[in-house]
Amino acid sequence: MMRWAERRPWVWSFLAAGLVWALTSASVGGQGAFASLAVALEFATFAVIVGLGQMLVITAGPGNIDLSIPGVMTLAAYLATGLAKGTDGGLAAGLAAGLAVGLAAGLFNLLLIQGLAIPPMVGTLAAGFIFQSMAIAYSRHSHAKPAPALVGFVNAHLLGLPLVTLVFVGVSALVAQMLRRTVFGRSLLAIGQNRRAARLAGLAVGATVGLVYVLAGLCSALAGILLAANSGGAALNMGSDYLLSSIAVVVLGGTAIAGGQAVPAGLWGAAALLDLIVTMLNVLHVGAGLRYVVTGLIIIAVLALARGRAP
Amino acid sequence: MAAEARARRLALRPGLALPALAFLLMLGAIIAAEPRVASYFGLTVLLGFAMPAIFAALAQMAVIAAGDIDLGIGPFLSLVNCIAATWLTDRPAAGLAALAGLVALYAAMGALIHARALPAIVVTLGASFVWLGLAILVLPTPGGAAPAWLAAVAAWRPPLLPLPLLVGLLAGAAAEWLLMRGAYGVVLRGIGGNPRAVARGGWSLLRARMSLYAAAGLAGVLGGLALTGLDTSGDATVGGQYTLVSIAAVIVGGGEFTGGVVSPAGAVLGAFIMLLTGSLLSFLDVSTDWQLSAQGGILILVLAARALRRRGRA
Repeated sequence: MMRWAERRPWVWSFLAAGLVWALTSASVGGQGAFASLAVALEFATFAVIVGLGQMLVITAGPGNIDLSIPGVMTLAAYLATGLAKGTDGGLAAGLAAGLAVGLAAGLFNLLLIQGLAIPPMVGTLAAGFIFQSMAIAYSRHSHAKPAPALVGFVNAHLLGLPLVTLVFVGVSALVAQMLRRTVFGRSLLAIGQNRRAARLAGLAVGATVGLVYVLAGLCSALAGILLAANSGGAALNMGSDYLLSSIAVVVLGGTAIAGGQAVPAGLWGAAALLDLIVTMLNVLHVGAGLRYVVTGLIIIAVLALARGRAP
Repeated sequence: MAAEARARRLALRPGLALPALAFLLMLGAIIAAEPRVASYFGLTVLLGFAMPAIFAALAQMAVIAAGDIDLGIGPFLSLVNCIAATWLTDRPAAGLAALAGLVALYAAMGALIHARALPAIVVTLGASFVWLGLAILVLPTPGGAAPAWLAAVAAWRPPLLPLPLLVGLLAGAAAEWLLMRGAYGVVLRGIGGNPRAVARGGWSLLRARMSLYAAAGLAGVLGGLALTGLDTSGDATVGGQYTLVSIAAVIVGGGEFTGGVVSPAGAVLGAFIMLLTGSLLSFLDVSTDWQLSAQGGILILVLAARALRRRGRA
């Protein structure tokens, strides 16, 4: 059992999520257990989307991280809703603008990291603040509601589960296959394990790592657009929780923080775990303050324990 | 003679001339736009909020000296602010104990990062949620009141030098003395530069990292107190901006992300520069919406210039 689980690092997050769910459900006598799971999964989806991008970046090896996520999410969300102007006719323009923000953000991060040799953590942090202040400036002119069709999509359910969740379970599976079977995926894992060896082996290190940052930018933009549709519009602080979430779901999900090993399935267990913990604390009538404390402590604790297991 | 040698060493420190020049140029530009600034009172008002930024920058510098980065210093200032505006006023003993406990928590964070070889960036980001959560628990809605003595200190008008400049001078000198002049300062900077050499020399890496993190915690507490004295009330989200400001101040002041290369005097200058970006924007009639862009942009420019210069030399 232990050996089986060791080769499947995503198992732990699912076990923990299941345990928290069972405890919460038992404490309320099993009432609304599945409804609360569906709600947790719906919110977990946004963390998984940014987590997918962060996972790819972290997998590229030590030092690689994307701290521009909140800024990109917010700016993409504002442009997407602002250009759609609350109509389905403007949806295509809004989506295009929002995703263009993600693409531009990824390219800008890339320019800072590869063109100007700025360490990723500072480059993406500074870039994120620039996007955030663009969103602040833009927000003065725009208070648009999200397009009805997009709102319909994020609120749609299939077999009792949120449609977005099902769609992105599929996307995660695709990412997993991409990592396992494509030249890009295998190059990324090799670069994360040993960048020098990968370069000496003739892999396209620069292009691979570059693509990863662009994909991460697109993930952040997509998460921002969908989150705005889910919560009735963009807000300036909408991204602030997702920087930690994106890293947390990667770490809790069993992906190696040092790079070279990615576990897309674990993102779901970890994101569900974090949201179910919030549900549990809500059931226990715990305030926002303690929720933040618990979330922060869990991430530090799991990181410390995970490091203990793997050398 | 010794003083002269020290002055020369300070002047020759890579990168210190540039931030000093930038600070004077920015100050000159602001004075040109608004001559009334060039007075004791004008400088006190203009530079007042540099005080929390100075301590935040010195805290960040201590962590960067260890080769780490602290993404939680902003929320940490908020937490100190909330404790200072409530417990420190109502129950001074409990307030002081809580602040001392926070410094100990910072040292413990350094110990954990060292013992488990954890990425500081993730640990401090996780800690930032803990600080934010604790701040909300202490003070759920903005309010409270600063202790009278703290507000009095922040409003003190010392002879000759405006308070923000005096604080910058004293804090910078103390940090210079501890980190750049002292024998143990070499050890502390060494763990970011060449940890194996430090360990071979018989020094405890654990103790060195804990010392640096404790120093960061102490500077963070001072920064939070300065913020409380200026604001005279508490707010659980007031410190958020100081994470970017502190990182940018250290880098603009000549610090590097690797090798334990830091400059306390530079970090203090960097804090003043970051503060003045906001004032300069408003004097240039640019909306403060763009302040984050300006601060992030300066950080990128400085790092890019440094990278290009290094490439030119290689």
